[in-house]
Amino acid sequence: MTVPNLVGAGLIVIGAGIGLGKIGGSAMEGIARQPEATGKIQTAMIIIAALLEGLAFGALFLGK
Amino acid sequence: MKFSHRSHLVFTTFFAVLFSATLWASDEEKHEGAVNKPEHVAAYIQHHIKDAHDFHLYSYTDTHGERKHVGFPLPVIVWSSKGLATFMSSKFHHDDDGKVIVEAGGTRFVKLHSKIYELEAGADTVAFDETHHATNAHKVLDFSITKSVFGILLVGLLMFFWFSRLARQYKSRKVPKGFGRVLEPLVLYVRDEIAKPNIGEKRYREFTGYLLTVFFFIWILNLLGLTPLGFNVTGQLAVTAALAIFTLIIYTFKGNKGYWGHMLWMPGVPVLIRPVLAIIEVAGAFLIKPFSLLVRLFANISAGHIVVMSLIAIMVTMKAEIGAVGATALSFILSFFITLIEVLVAFLQAYIFTMLSALFIGMAVEEHDHH
Repeated sequence: MTVPNLVGAGLIVIGAGIGLGKIGGSAMEGIARQPEATGKIQTAMIIIAALLEGLAFGALFLGK
Repeated sequence: MKFSHRSHLVFTTFFAVLFSATLWASDEEKHEGAVNKPEHVAAYIQHHIKDAHDFHLYSYTDTHGERKHVGFPLPVIVWSSKGLATFMSSKFHHDDDGKVIVEAGGTRFVKLHSKIYELEAGADTVAFDETHHATNAHKVLDFSITKSVFGILLVGLLMFFWFSRLARQYKSRKVPKGFGRVLEPLVLYVRDEIAKPNIGEKRYREFTGYLLTVFFFIWILNLLGLTPLGFNVTGQLAVTAALAIFTLIIYTFKGNKGYWGHMLWMPGVPVLIRPVLAIIEVAGAFLIKPFSLLVRLFANISAGHIVVMSLIAIMVTMKAEIGAVGATALSFILSFFITLIEVLVAFLQAYIFTMLSALFIGMAVEEHDHH
């Protein structure tokens, strides 16, 4: 791997990390406010996280 | 009880094999293919990630200084310029650099980087150019039972056996016995938590069969990838691409009028924006959705394997700094816990693939209200 590739991979991981953090944080807040909706919130959280992850992996894969 | 004793024995053997592979490693130069130095690690991991023509469990050097490989061969089935040729991969004697030439079906073959090449007529050895590509050998159509093909066939047979037995039990009893008790809650989980909420009460039954098949196929193969047999089936792009294409075919052909209408001529937006949206929607349905499905599974499983193997390799890479015992202890602790996480990831990735497939199918068959 060359240096630009590594920098790009780092940028992707930073972006994905921010995204995952926001998703996880919001889900936690939601669960704290409405514990009875935990199941639904978790499902939605995993779907969004998976979509985000797909995007990040796609970018990593294309940059390889 | 008998079964649990036997499975204990199997697991103990697996781990014994796994660790003996590293115990046999020693410092001598001549040990071809041994992973003794940090430089060997990357190549070894790359080799593991790829598909192979044989199962390689471990290697050691015997008292005569001869390198021995332990594993078992798989059949090679290729379509060459002279037609069909079949032989066992043991004929290559674990050679991977095109040194051993095998004669079969009227022509000659070599193995280079886990791929079978046919030597051109008149050539006795493989010649390489500067970039290490063979110049006088070419690739053949390879239908071999490779490690991944073997894994797929094995899981197919296991699933056929387990689920047909489970289905037969319901004829005579309400609660399944034996291994069926493990499968029943998972089947119900996929049906009630994945298929029903995403596809809808009305049509979920049609697609539950596909979703269950995909779920168990991916999950069992992911778990198989964590055994020291070295399977990396769901980490092969070809396998995940085929799975994603199945989902693509299903939601393309089962899509109703509303789905195509919303994709090609979005109602409720200004006419000028509709063609732009159509381009985005078509790209999303035919490229982005299947691509994200296949890359996610491939990347997660490959990354997991690379991480586990890198942590096992700590006992080689950090031997100089903290000593053989310290490095082995560190690598054992780290790889043990990361393997536990990988067990979770194996389930999570099967769940997410099934979930998103159900979601995409649900979007295609959903009944739209008329605006």
